[in-house]
Amino acid sequence: MLHIVACIKQVPDTKIIKMNPKTNTMDRASAPAILNPYDAHAVEEAVRLKKKYGGTVSVLTMGPPPAVKAIKKCIELGADEGYMISDRAFAGADTLATSYALTKALEKIAKQRPIDLVICGKMTIDGDTGQVGPGIARRLNIPPLTGVKKVVEINKEKGYAIVHRKLEDGYEVVQSTLPCLFTVEKDINDISFAPLPNMIKAARYQPTIWTADDLEDVDRKQLGLKGSPTIVSKVWAPPKPEGGELLEGSTKEKVEQLLSLVLAKKELFQ
Amino acid sequence: MPEKFDCIVVGAGPAGTACAYELAKAGVNVLLLERGEYPGAKNVMGGVLYRKMMEDIIPEFYKEAPLERPIVEQRFMMMDKESAITFSYKGLEWGREPYNNFTVLRAKFDQWFAEKAVEQGALLVCETVAVECIVENGRVVGVRTDRPDGDIYADVVVLADGVNSLLAKQLGFHREWRPDEVALATMEILKLDKTVIEDRFNLEPNQGCTIEIFGDATKGIVGTGFLYTNKDTLSIGVGTLLSGLIKHKMKPYDLLEYVKNHPMIRPYIQGSEPVEYLAHLIPEGGYHSIPKVAGNGVLVVGDAAQLVNAIHREGSNMAMTSGRLAAETIIMAKAQNDFSESMLDQYRMKLMESFIGQDLKKYKDATHHFERFPQYFEQYIPMMNRAASQMFTVDGASKWEKQQKIWRDLGSAKQKFKLARDMMKAWKVMK
Repeated sequence: MLHIVACIKQVPDTKIIKMNPKTNTMDRASAPAILNPYDAHAVEEAVRLKKKYGGTVSVLTMGPPPAVKAIKKCIELGADEGYMISDRAFAGADTLATSYALTKALEKIAKQRPIDLVICGKMTIDGDTGQVGPGIARRLNIPPLTGVKKVVEINKEKGYAIVHRKLEDGYEVVQSTLPCLFTVEKDINDISFAPLPNMIKAARYQPTIWTADDLEDVDRKQLGLKGSPTIVSKVWAPPKPEGGELLEGSTKEKVEQLLSLVLAKKELFQ
Repeated sequence: MPEKFDCIVVGAGPAGTACAYELAKAGVNVLLLERGEYPGAKNVMGGVLYRKMMEDIIPEFYKEAPLERPIVEQRFMMMDKESAITFSYKGLEWGREPYNNFTVLRAKFDQWFAEKAVEQGALLVCETVAVECIVENGRVVGVRTDRPDGDIYADVVVLADGVNSLLAKQLGFHREWRPDEVALATMEILKLDKTVIEDRFNLEPNQGCTIEIFGDATKGIVGTGFLYTNKDTLSIGVGTLLSGLIKHKMKPYDLLEYVKNHPMIRPYIQGSEPVEYLAHLIPEGGYHSIPKVAGNGVLVVGDAAQLVNAIHREGSNMAMTSGRLAAETIIMAKAQNDFSESMLDQYRMKLMESFIGQDLKKYKDATHHFERFPQYFEQYIPMMNRAASQMFTVDGASKWEKQQKIWRDLGSAKQKFKLARDMMKAWKVMK
């Protein structure tokens, strides 16, 4: 029986968020909080693996009390248990401090039930760094497998996992020992439409919430703002792409125009 | 084995949420289903929430609910092309406790109200559509949702699924609504600086104003325009019977644009930015259109039961009260473990005895009357405007001459007789 833990985060929906034009920071109040889309795929994959191999799926998040909503969303997707670490001491954490706090929580979860696999989304859509997953793996001293787009096999008895990792020009097939950590791409799966019993379970569900004091062997200097060496020196909005050419006419005409434009670029075919 | 609740409420608008709140408070195990991403996500109204009926459910709700402004002034405009006769009542007693009514934005308010029901113990499940009632041996025993393993059972199902109420229609409680039984309302929420709103509408901070606009707002079609003040937005909209739009071949958004650009209205909204656009059907069939509201194991509340007083633009209050009365009935039914139609029909009686039944009965022919005789909106409002202009224009003509002119403007003896008869008729349907 596998124990898979998905690490998730509640983020502002950056598709509709407004940027403050003066400070170039996100106006977080302008967008609803959602489950980070990559993390939804992480949870979905964990639930699929549970269905295939049997086991338990837990989710873990760090955040303010409203982040319970994101955990409930994971329960809808089929997760069994939810854990949240929530404390002022965690506030202002960068990826280094975040991965430290999450690792401490994972260690506590592992004491209750040993963990075989940690799955994270590739990155969050508010920070876009993709550093927390590997950061956790390093601290737990387990192999990080980033950019996973397919899980071929998990074999707990023999202690290995085989996955496809997305590369720029294809994918690589990797075998790793268990336990290990995946960060997953969006194309790893399609999110299923949650069954009604899950919805009802989620509506009732209250996650386990831990403060910094509930975690063991915590070095408080490594938490929150104090444990965050990252300095944001400048934030700016990316320039809007310019130029381009709009093709007009019927679909057939447009295809012909496009074709002649592409064929004219001889350097593409050398 | 699918789970069984005491009660399933379909739809987390004011009616459904009020019902779920009251049931949960009484310890009834209730599931509240909502199709939107959150309660209020798909709900639309002009924006007036009545204090009394809400307080019947949550006393002193105004201390914590997300409200926009308490309304201290209600204006009524009889509008022509470039003039308007305005009646208004402004009373500062409405600006303090216990208040009369408030402007609200439904996306915020409905969410808050549903959270209150959840605090009482109701179970809220969103993004889930009830597609049909499960009927066994002639009684409703649950609902089928669009989700996998989506059947869910209950002793009684409350249909608060809004104006079209597909579920009640499937049960044969009502037919498809006729175009003269529903109005189509389109509205926009316009962003405008708080202080500008207060200046333009002559308000102190935390005071609000509503304007109902008759006549040219709807180009003579039976209906009204409205302009309400929120905290830092205005709600402007126009609602007309669907039959009127069809007859005049009007597009509802064209009508809204017309109102927004009307010289009597434009100055109020100048410089504002549209931030939201909404449209919804409103049940305005009134008393004659109230469908069957109780069956074996099922009750119908709110818009789904056509509980709207179009003349006084009241609906959310009727929704809440109907939800509360349905809950009272269910609590009684549960005590006797009898969810048959004859038991649940007490809800219909409560409804008819309440202000809802009384008011809808009083105006039972009003909407139909104004729809059948378009001259009220098309002719009489412009006539009143001309008379006022005549009377108040100082041009050297004597007042007696002016009266004569106004009298002549009413037309021939035959036309005057018709006018008098129309006024009598209007009085009859409104009294």
